[in-house]
Amino acid sequence: MNNHTTNKMQDVKTKKSTIIGLCLIFLGCMIYLFFGLGVEGQATFRLSRPTDPFALPNLILPAHSFIGASALLIAFFGGRIIIKAPKKYTIFIALSFFLAIAAFLVWATAGKSFSLTGMLQATLVRAVPIALAAMAGIMCERVAVINIGIEGMLLAGAFAGAVFGSIFGNLIGLILAILVGGFFGFILAALVVTFRVDQIIAGVAINIFVLGITSFLTSHLLKSNPELNDAPIFKSIKIPFFSEIPVLGPVLFKQNIFVYFAIFIVIVSTFYLFKTAYGLRARAVGEHPKAAETLGISVIKTRFYHVIMGGMIAGFGGAWFTLGSVGRFDEGMTGGRGFIGLAAMIFGRWHPIGALFAALIFGFADSLQQKLAILRTPIPSEFLAMAPYLVTIIVVAGIVGNAKPPQAIGQAYVKEN
Amino acid sequence: MKLKLNAISKSFGPVKANSNINLTVDNGEILGLLGENGAGKTTLMNILTGLYKPDSGTILIDNQLKEFQNPREANKSGVGMVHQHFMLVPVFSVTENIILGTEPTTRFNKIDLKTATDKVVKISSEYKLDVDPNALIEKLPVGIQQRVEIIKILLRNAEILIFDEPTAVLTPQEVTEFFEIIKSLKKTGKAIIFITHKLHEVLEICDRINVLRRGKIVGEAFPTKTNNKKLAELMVGRTVKLRTSRRKMEKGKELLKVNNLSILSDKKEPILTNIDLVLHQNEILGIAGVQGNGQTEFIEALTGLRKASTGKIVYFGKECINITPRKIHALGIRHIPEDRQKQGLIGDFSLIENIILNTYYEKDFSNNLKLNWLNAKKEARRIINQYDVRTNSEDISANKLSGGNQQKLLIGREMSRSINLLIASQPTRGVDVGSIEYIHSQIIKARNKGIGVILNSTELEEIIALSDRIIVFYEGKIIAEFPSNSDPKIIGLAMAGVK
Repeated sequence: MNNHTTNKMQDVKTKKSTIIGLCLIFLGCMIYLFFGLGVEGQATFRLSRPTDPFALPNLILPAHSFIGASALLIAFFGGRIIIKAPKKYTIFIALSFFLAIAAFLVWATAGKSFSLTGMLQATLVRAVPIALAAMAGIMCERVAVINIGIEGMLLAGAFAGAVFGSIFGNLIGLILAILVGGFFGFILAALVVTFRVDQIIAGVAINIFVLGITSFLTSHLLKSNPELNDAPIFKSIKIPFFSEIPVLGPVLFKQNIFVYFAIFIVIVSTFYLFKTAYGLRARAVGEHPKAAETLGISVIKTRFYHVIMGGMIAGFGGAWFTLGSVGRFDEGMTGGRGFIGLAAMIFGRWHPIGALFAALIFGFADSLQQKLAILRTPIPSEFLAMAPYLVTIIVVAGIVGNAKPPQAIGQAYVKEN
Repeated sequence: MKLKLNAISKSFGPVKANSNINLTVDNGEILGLLGENGAGKTTLMNILTGLYKPDSGTILIDNQLKEFQNPREANKSGVGMVHQHFMLVPVFSVTENIILGTEPTTRFNKIDLKTATDKVVKISSEYKLDVDPNALIEKLPVGIQQRVEIIKILLRNAEILIFDEPTAVLTPQEVTEFFEIIKSLKKTGKAIIFITHKLHEVLEICDRINVLRRGKIVGEAFPTKTNNKKLAELMVGRTVKLRTSRRKMEKGKELLKVNNLSILSDKKEPILTNIDLVLHQNEILGIAGVQGNGQTEFIEALTGLRKASTGKIVYFGKECINITPRKIHALGIRHIPEDRQKQGLIGDFSLIENIILNTYYEKDFSNNLKLNWLNAKKEARRIINQYDVRTNSEDISANKLSGGNQQKLLIGREMSRSINLLIASQPTRGVDVGSIEYIHSQIIKARNKGIGVILNSTELEEIIALSDRIIVFYEGKIIAEFPSNSDPKIIGLAMAGVK
C-alpha cells in the first residue's frame, strides 16, 4: 500500500525534472539559433588596462565555437536532468544560466573588444543602492514592519545629499542625508507602530509625499539656484597594494566610500542580527512579538529603533545617487531602486549576505544594459533598459513562493492593559 | 504565605473581568484555579504577571507589596507563567528561546552561546526536564515545548509558577509526565497555580481548589472533600449532567466510504496516507488524536475544502472526491468547522446573515435577484429559539455572542435543515460546561434520528462519551480502531503512536 504513495510522489518529481530538463534543452537550442548562427570573429575581453602594473593578457574567445559549445553544454545538462533526475538540480540550472549569459556576452562582443573588469566594477557600484535598500528593508522587516517607503527614503536621502552637500560639503551632506532618512523612518514607525496605520498604505504615502516634495523643490528652488544642486562627489579611494591585484583590485579596492560602507553594513548587520543579544530580541519581535513582550522586551521600542535604523541606511543609500555618483539631484532619480532592493531582500531570504548577492545580480543586469549600449548591439536600447526590472520579475516570481518572511510581518502590535 | 492577592478588580469597558478577588498560595502548594472560559482566570493571571494593571487591589509576595509595570518586573519578583499558547519563537533554538531577554553576552553584545547552553543543561538536569538545547522549537513535539517553557521561567528564578490550561495540547501520556514534573516542582518548594476547566485534573493534582465564575471567586474546595459533580455546579452555577446518556443502537445502511485516501502537502510531503473508513446511519465515529496528525486535513478533504491526491470518497454510493463544498452541502452533509471564528461564522455579519451563509442561494431565501430578508429573519429567529442561543436580538453581529452561543448558533444552522450526515470538528472547543452538555445532547439526538456523525475532537473524554466507534489518527494514518467504552489509557497510547 505504501509503495503506491511513494510511487506517486516520485511521479510528481520526475514530471517536474522532465519539464525543467526540456526547458534547458530548449534554451540551448534557442541560444544556438539566435546567437550562434551567422556569428563570426572573436570576442575580446579586456581584463586589465595596459597601464596596470600586473597586466593580464586579454581573454580572446572564438565566438561561434564558444556559443556552440555553451549551447551544447546547456542542452546536455537538460538531458542529464531528464534521464537521471538528480535530487539537486539547482546547480545545473545556475550553470546553464551562467553559460547563457556568457554566450550572450560573447555574441554581443563578437568582432569587438569589451572591458570585463569595467563591467564587474560597474556591477558592484550599481549594486550599492540596491543592497543598501535591501539592508534597510531587512532592518524593518526583521521586526515585522513592512517598509514599502524605502523608495521614498532613498529619494529623500538623494535630495538632502545634493542640497546639503552643495552648501556644507559632501561629508556634512552625507550625514544630513542619513538623518533625513532616519526622520522618515521615524515617521513610518510613528504611523505603523503607534497609530497602527496599514503598513503598505503608510509606506506608499511616504513614497508619494517624498516624490511630490522633492519635485516641487527641484522646480521651485533648485532650478533658480543651480548652486544648491552642485555637490562635490566622493572620489574613489584606492587601497594601496590591494588595488593592484589584477581584476579583483579595481573591482573591490578602487571604489568610493559608498561601496566600502555598503559591504561594512552588510557584515555588521549580519553580526548584529544573528550573533548579538539585541539582534536575537529584534528577530523575536518579528517572529512572535507577544513572546518577546512576556520576557520584558518592549515590542514598540524595538520596532521604533529598527525602523529608524532602516531609514538611516536608506538615507545613506539615497545619498549614493547624488554624492556618490553624479553630484546633482534630478526628479525621481532613484528609478525604483528601492523596490528592487525589496526584491533583493526577499530573494536573499531576509539575510544581509543573501540580499547582497541578490543585489549583485540586479547590479549586474543594470550594468549589463549600460555597457551593452556602448557595444551597439542590434537589440533596441529600451529593451536593454528593461533588464534589471525583467530580472526582478523573474527572480521574484521564481523564488518568492519558497521564502519565509518573519511570522508577524505586517501585523500591528497591540499592547493590552 | 508566598503569594496573596487582595481584592483585585479589573474591568474592560463595561465588562467586569475580575471583581474583588482574594487568593493565596503557599510554598510547596498547588492551587487549582477552576473556571469556565471567560470566567476571568486568564485576566487574573495576566495581572499577576504584569501584562495588565489592576483597577484596584494589591499583590503581596512574601508579605511585600508589589506593583508590576511590566512582565519583566513580575519576573524579577519570582512570578513566572507558562501560557496556554506557548510563548516560543518557532524558528529559534531551545536555548535561544530560553535565554531571550536575559542573554549572557561577551564583547560587542555578542551572545555567549556556551554559557547559555550550560545554564539550560544545568536546569534541565536539575529538574529532570529532558530537552536538547540545540533543537529548533518548530521541530519539537508540544510536550517538549512545554518543558522549554518551564525551563524558561525557572531560569528566571521563578518561585511562583502559573500554568494556564497546560494540558489542553498534550496527549494523555504527556499529561501524566507533566503531572510528575509539577509534583517534583512542588517538592522543591515552588508555589504553583494550576488553571484549568478540567475537573478530574484539579482533583488529581491540586492541594486546594478555588472556583471562579463571572470574575468572582465563588468557592473554595479540597480534593479530598469534593467531587466532579459539586465542582461542576460551583463552576456553572447550576446542576449539570456531566455525561450524556447514550443508548446502544443498531447501525443502519452505509453513508460514507473512504477508500485509500492520501493527501500530499504543497511541498509534496504526505499529510494523509491511505485512509480507509466506513460510516453508517445511527453511528457516531470518533476521530481521536493529538492535534496536527492529519485530522484537520482529513475533514477538509471530506468537506471539499482540500484536494485529495489519490483515493476515493463515496457519499451515499456516489463518488464525490474533489467536488465543491456547495455540492457536498447539497447532498445533506453538514460541517461544523473546528474554528468557528475563522471558518464557521463571519464575526462582523449579523446573526441573520450568518444563518443564511450557506443557504442564501436556496429558494427560501433568494429569487436569484434579491435576498428574501423576511424569510431569513424568520429562520434566524427559529434557530435562535430552538437551539437556545442567548441573545436579545438577531440583528447584532456574531462576534458579540459568547463562544458557547456562537457555537450553538453554528450548530443550529448546520443541523436545522435537511441533514443526512454531520461532520463535527471540535464542536465544544472553548465552550462552557453548560453549552457542552447541550451540544452533546444535540449530537446524540441527531444520531438517534438516523444521521451518521463524524466527530473529530482532541478531547479524548468527549470522543469516549459520544462515539460508537473510535479511530485514532497518528502521523496521517489511522493506527488503531476501538469500540465504544474503551479504556482511555489504551486509546491514549495509540494517540502517542504506540500500537
